[in-house]
Amino acid sequence: MSNYLILSAILFGIGTFTVISRRNAIGILLGIELLLNAVNLNFIAFAFLRENSVGLVFVLFTIAVTVAEVALGLAIVILIFRLKKTIQADEVNLLKG
Amino acid sequence: MNLNAQLALWVFLLPTLAAIILGVVYPLRRSGKPAAYLSIFGVGLSTIFSIWNLILIKSTPVSVSIKYHWLPASSGALAYVGLWLDSISAVMLAVVSGVALAVQVYSLGYMSQESKPSLGRYYTYHSLFAASMLGLVLANNLLEVYLFWELVGVCSYLLIGFWYHKPEAARAAVKAFWVTRFGDMGLILGIILLWGQTGTFDYQEIFSLVKTSQIPLGFLSLVSVLMLLGAFGKSAQFPFHIWLPDAMEGPTPVSALIHAATMVAAGVYLVIRLFPLFESVPLALGVLTYVGSFTALLAASLATRQADIKRVLAYSTVSQLGFMMAALGVTAQVASYFHLFNHAFFKALLFLAAGSVIHSVGSNNLSEMGNLSKKMRITSAVFIAGGLALAGIWPFSGFFSKDEILVAVGRSGQVLPLLFLLLTTFLTAFYIFRAVFLVFYGPKKTEADPHESPRVMTSPMLILAALSLVTGWFSGDFEHLLYPGLEVETYPSALPWISLGLAIIGILTAWLFYQKQKRAPALLTRSLSPLSQAIDRKYWLDDLYGLMYSKILLGFSSLIGWIDRYLVDGVVNLSAWLTGQSGSKLRIAQTGKAQDYLIGVTVGLLVLIILGLGLR
Repeated sequence: MSNYLILSAILFGIGTFTVISRRNAIGILLGIELLLNAVNLNFIAFAFLRENSVGLVFVLFTIAVTVAEVALGLAIVILIFRLKKTIQADEVNLLKG
Repeated sequence: MNLNAQLALWVFLLPTLAAIILGVVYPLRRSGKPAAYLSIFGVGLSTIFSIWNLILIKSTPVSVSIKYHWLPASSGALAYVGLWLDSISAVMLAVVSGVALAVQVYSLGYMSQESKPSLGRYYTYHSLFAASMLGLVLANNLLEVYLFWELVGVCSYLLIGFWYHKPEAARAAVKAFWVTRFGDMGLILGIILLWGQTGTFDYQEIFSLVKTSQIPLGFLSLVSVLMLLGAFGKSAQFPFHIWLPDAMEGPTPVSALIHAATMVAAGVYLVIRLFPLFESVPLALGVLTYVGSFTALLAASLATRQADIKRVLAYSTVSQLGFMMAALGVTAQVASYFHLFNHAFFKALLFLAAGSVIHSVGSNNLSEMGNLSKKMRITSAVFIAGGLALAGIWPFSGFFSKDEILVAVGRSGQVLPLLFLLLTTFLTAFYIFRAVFLVFYGPKKTEADPHESPRVMTSPMLILAALSLVTGWFSGDFEHLLYPGLEVETYPSALPWISLGLAIIGILTAWLFYQKQKRAPALLTRSLSPLSQAIDRKYWLDDLYGLMYSKILLGFSSLIGWIDRYLVDGVVNLSAWLTGQSGSKLRIAQTGKAQDYLIGVTVGLLVLIILGLGLR
């Protein structure tokens, strides 16, 4: 059981690191995918542990939502590319006052 | 509300209405003469009503107090307004409205050169002035009296500065306002303190509290001395006397009104009105006697060397008001009030006559007048009548009231005030007849061709002259009217004859010096020359006040200014600077990149987890 959790934690750590360190917006999206999959892994592990199928259902939901989210994220990336001619995240600093 | 109270209310309301109408209806005010007629109509009706009222009161004395709620609050009204009509206020109503009427009629001639809007403005102020003084007279509580007190102050400011394009007039107006303001500070403090102690503004309630000794004497002394400051400020008593001579920059009829009935009379009237309060405070009585008699002498000595005819009269007013204050100090309120009453007529008369002279010669300066008695018979006759009344020569009114005052002071056994007042009697006769001889007799000194003033100016003067001849004879009636219960005792005293003698010596001295051109012996001149220098510098009092203002007050102000600029503002600026600096330091952290914020979130989360684990 703990193996699953350790794997999930490692996966979450890699995902976080990717999201923080990647400069490429698509790389950041990939990092987010890793984060979500780490969560999915946790759900499945606990679903087996407690013999409760609600976790499985939740994972299915997550996968569907993730697809939509990636589609949305990519759309945003395309829009930013059109606007700024770049997808490097650190060059998109419109929030900076 | 009985007839007396209704009449009194209308006496006050008519000039008020006139002032409001003139103030609001702009075209009427700009139209000049109609505005003047409206104002005269208002104050004329007031005069008729007030005299009617006085006649009614003379046959059946009344004391009516009418109260209206003012500032209503859930726990009852905070204050009242109303009127208190008794013999004291009824007499003053007649004096104020009568003198105001005479002055306003006279002004029709005197101010005929003014432009129409300016004349309208003049009469608007006049109506307001009369209304506020009548309100002051009728007021039945301290709050109301303070309100009208300030209105009177404002009106005199407006009228002294009527020719505001003249820098001296503007400065004199501000000076008058400032100096009286300084005294008013004492008055309002006294009123507030008294209210704090008793919880009432009402005269009669305060009097009954005083009578039953429910207010500690020490506290009452403080309150009454503070209130006296206000009265001294308004009545131009030492040390506040400096504003009145400067107030001569206003038009002459205004001076007549200020000096006779309205502004300066307010101070004496307040003390008379509140006399049951002051009477029970020995300290206040002492202050009144000494300040009054000292002011009388000081101002009379100053009057002897003035070059400006109006300034002579101004100092004489200060001096006569000193007489009234001194009389109040020895609890001779009837004599004081009687002198106020007589003084109102003969001083208004003197000012109007002086105005008539100025009007025809075109100058205030005594050295530019001379030998006018041939050209201006009426004016010279009435001026001399006023002068005789002022000097206290039998049978003119001044004789009776001044001698009542002298007898009262003599009876009190206070030697110094009595000496001051006797010396003042001599000086009074001297300076007023100095003016008479310089203006109406002696060589002609002006190129201009003087002429008698028009009838609109001479008739008010004649009426006032007649009044100053006869009012003195009503001394007995006056006492019975004011204090019906009071049994007036007559004391045989040599003082009237001494003062009459002194006055005649004064007149003769003036005649010798200014008519016969006799020079005083060299020894006398030399020994008096330091004194005359001191008089020319007004005893350095104006300089002293100037110094106090420029060094002490401005020094103190600049200290306050420094504290404000560098300490108070410093704290404010420091906090602003700190905020700005911390902001500019902290803004570095705000990169605008979502990833940087995410680092913060992650690190923060890790820290929290570690802390949570550690604490467990």
